[in-house]
Amino acid sequence: MFLLLLVIKNAFRHKLRTALTIVGVVVAITAFGLLRTIVDAWYAGANASSSARLVTRSSVSLVFSLPLTYAQKIRQVPGVRGVSWANWFGGVYISERNFFPQFAIDAPTYLDMYPEFILSAEERKAFLTDRTGAIAGRKLADQYGWKVGDQIPLRGTIYTGTWTFNLRGIYDGADQGTDQSSMFFHWDLLNEKIKKLYPRRGDQTGVFVVQLSDPAQAAEVSAAIDATFRNSLAETLTETEKAFQLSFVAMTEAILLAIRAVSFVVIVIIMAVVANTMAMTARERGAEYATLKAIGFSNGFVALLIFAESIGIALLGGLLGIALTLPLAAAFADQMGTLFPIFFVSGATMLMQGGAALLVGTVAAVFPAWRTARLRIVDGLRAVA
Amino acid sequence: MTIPFSYILRNVAARRLTTALTAGGMALVVYVFATVLMLAAGLERTLVATGQEDNVVVIRRGAQTEVQSGVDRVQAGIVESLADIAVGADGQKQVSKETVVLINLPKRGSNKPSNVVIRGVTPTGLVLRPQVKLAEGRMFRPGTAEVIAGRAIASGFQGAGVGETLRFASRDWTVVGVFDAGRTGFDSEIWGDAEQMLQAFRRLGFSALVFRLADSERFDAARKEIESDPRLTLEAKRETRFYADQSEALSKFISYLGTSISVIFSIGAIIGAMITMYASVASRTAEIGTLRALGFPRTAILVAFLVESLLLGLLGGAIGLAAASFMQALSISTMNFQTFAELAFTFTLTPGIVAASLAFALVMGFVGGFLPAARAARLKIVDALRAA
Repeated sequence: MFLLLLVIKNAFRHKLRTALTIVGVVVAITAFGLLRTIVDAWYAGANASSSARLVTRSSVSLVFSLPLTYAQKIRQVPGVRGVSWANWFGGVYISERNFFPQFAIDAPTYLDMYPEFILSAEERKAFLTDRTGAIAGRKLADQYGWKVGDQIPLRGTIYTGTWTFNLRGIYDGADQGTDQSSMFFHWDLLNEKIKKLYPRRGDQTGVFVVQLSDPAQAAEVSAAIDATFRNSLAETLTETEKAFQLSFVAMTEAILLAIRAVSFVVIVIIMAVVANTMAMTARERGAEYATLKAIGFSNGFVALLIFAESIGIALLGGLLGIALTLPLAAAFADQMGTLFPIFFVSGATMLMQGGAALLVGTVAAVFPAWRTARLRIVDGLRAVA
Repeated sequence: MTIPFSYILRNVAARRLTTALTAGGMALVVYVFATVLMLAAGLERTLVATGQEDNVVVIRRGAQTEVQSGVDRVQAGIVESLADIAVGADGQKQVSKETVVLINLPKRGSNKPSNVVIRGVTPTGLVLRPQVKLAEGRMFRPGTAEVIAGRAIASGFQGAGVGETLRFASRDWTVVGVFDAGRTGFDSEIWGDAEQMLQAFRRLGFSALVFRLADSERFDAARKEIESDPRLTLEAKRETRFYADQSEALSKFISYLGTSISVIFSIGAIIGAMITMYASVASRTAEIGTLRALGFPRTAILVAFLVESLLLGLLGGAIGLAAASFMQALSISTMNFQTFAELAFTFTLTPGIVAASLAFALVMGFVGGFLPAARAARLKIVDALRAA
């Protein structure tokens, strides 16, 4: 009890200095949490993917499409429950700045395969019956203020011309991790126009999505699908949805690594600041610590005092930082809109923030505590701050 | 009357641990700040240097990259007949009809796949890019399944070194040479014979056309002619502009993210400076009183403490910049969002970045030192002298 009281009194003796140090820790822990959350958001697509789905694409690269006739052959592979297909559209909404993904899908089969996109029965029916219909995620619709019934013009970059869609529904995600920033429309419509524009490129699609009867068979079924099309004009590469998503993440890995590295730099910066505070504090109180030792307290006790003060300050800052991260992350997600479709602070991030605060407090106290413990009583009593 | 500079300098040097920790924090912030700016500058320089001012790229209207674009043979023929195209020494028009596609290749070491640009070029295509030089091996022979790889691809991807083979489009391709494109975007590409590529990828048309202007001033006229021709659904851009546009999104992303991170980090470092300076003022209260009693005015005290803090900032800035300058030896390879293809670039330190980083460090020192310096200047002589 006495120890605790002494530590608290000590910590708030220099109110301004302690307050500044805590603010510094708050800023660092918040920045650390936000950066970790940005990295998490990158992986969100992969984490939200289902293990019961495979993605089949051209083995050359995503730029090459596959003939639609493959759907029949894939369906015959043992272990396959259903097949659907999707094609990246790459349209521009008003200006290049408004980026969001759009896919042409075989709507009935696709929506059945993705139960995490929740669409009301009426909206689903309206979408399925309108050839130029489209559906959009809640987040996307909110960002541009779309309402059901609106017309949405997209300027094609891969498929030329202006395409206008009727928004027939807005889907919600089954949970926080579901992507709600995509737009979907009918593949049939795309195919029809492609056939007119470039007859040779008709009846093709970018990827097939394959539903498995048993997720444990993913590897065998993938191999069987690829074997079916080996040595054909369009060889395939089949992988789980997660691996497919991760391959995108891997391409920008260098940037992710940089963000990760930087998130640790901020911890080192604040370590220097807290260590400085503790070093100054310990130096100023040299005489007091010497007095404590002179009346019989051990070196360990004095070191403990410094450690407790340092860790206490860092943890207080850390807790405030964690509390501040949540509203800031929400505000950031609002600002970024559809650029980061899934953005929330995970439990693991908060634990890491707490751990980082503890680490900062401990490391910052090491040198001052060691120096004070070794301090000779005579020198300490003689010293003037 | 001003306080001598040596007095300030000695104060900074007096408490080594504190000075080192404070300047160290600032150095880290400046390091992050400079590194990020260097990365954005390196990316821009790489892509801007890729283009030649006299060259014009023709792609399908609305397409943002060569990969998305398609130009059929009829359209290519019409463009080729433009009067403004330069004529080479061999009497041929300097037009290169190119096939550009992306393929997936595994990286060396990590085995992770990434998208690589494969460019089918004609001999004219090489004439149009004088910066591309063979570094190793020999040129590919037209009409064969031979390719040459850019320096960054040869070292970064499996099977892309001289003598190795790559498998794509149901064929094995032998890498017969490695070319050095002088740190431009072409270093991240693989080049082969245009007609071979067309067949292998079963394409009927080309992706893009590149030609050299006979007279650089005539660009607007040539562009107008292409874009107003009803038979052509194409657009023309200067090659420099074309590649500069491709660096825009990624370099903006890097510099926005980096600058906001540095600004947030700098709060931490500023607080560190503030704590140090407040302690410095507190421990020297009697000294300040003495100086004032000797006749130094308040402004001299203010300036002395501000300069002390600026020195801390400058020290941190110099250390941070020195550390960042070592990053120039590194090269980074990542996917460019806009082209969806791998691009290698280096950290580039420009005089502008040096100035910006030092200014940033001084601002941190100034902001951190101002309040403590003001407190020192406001002290009353009697109180200050009594404090001792």
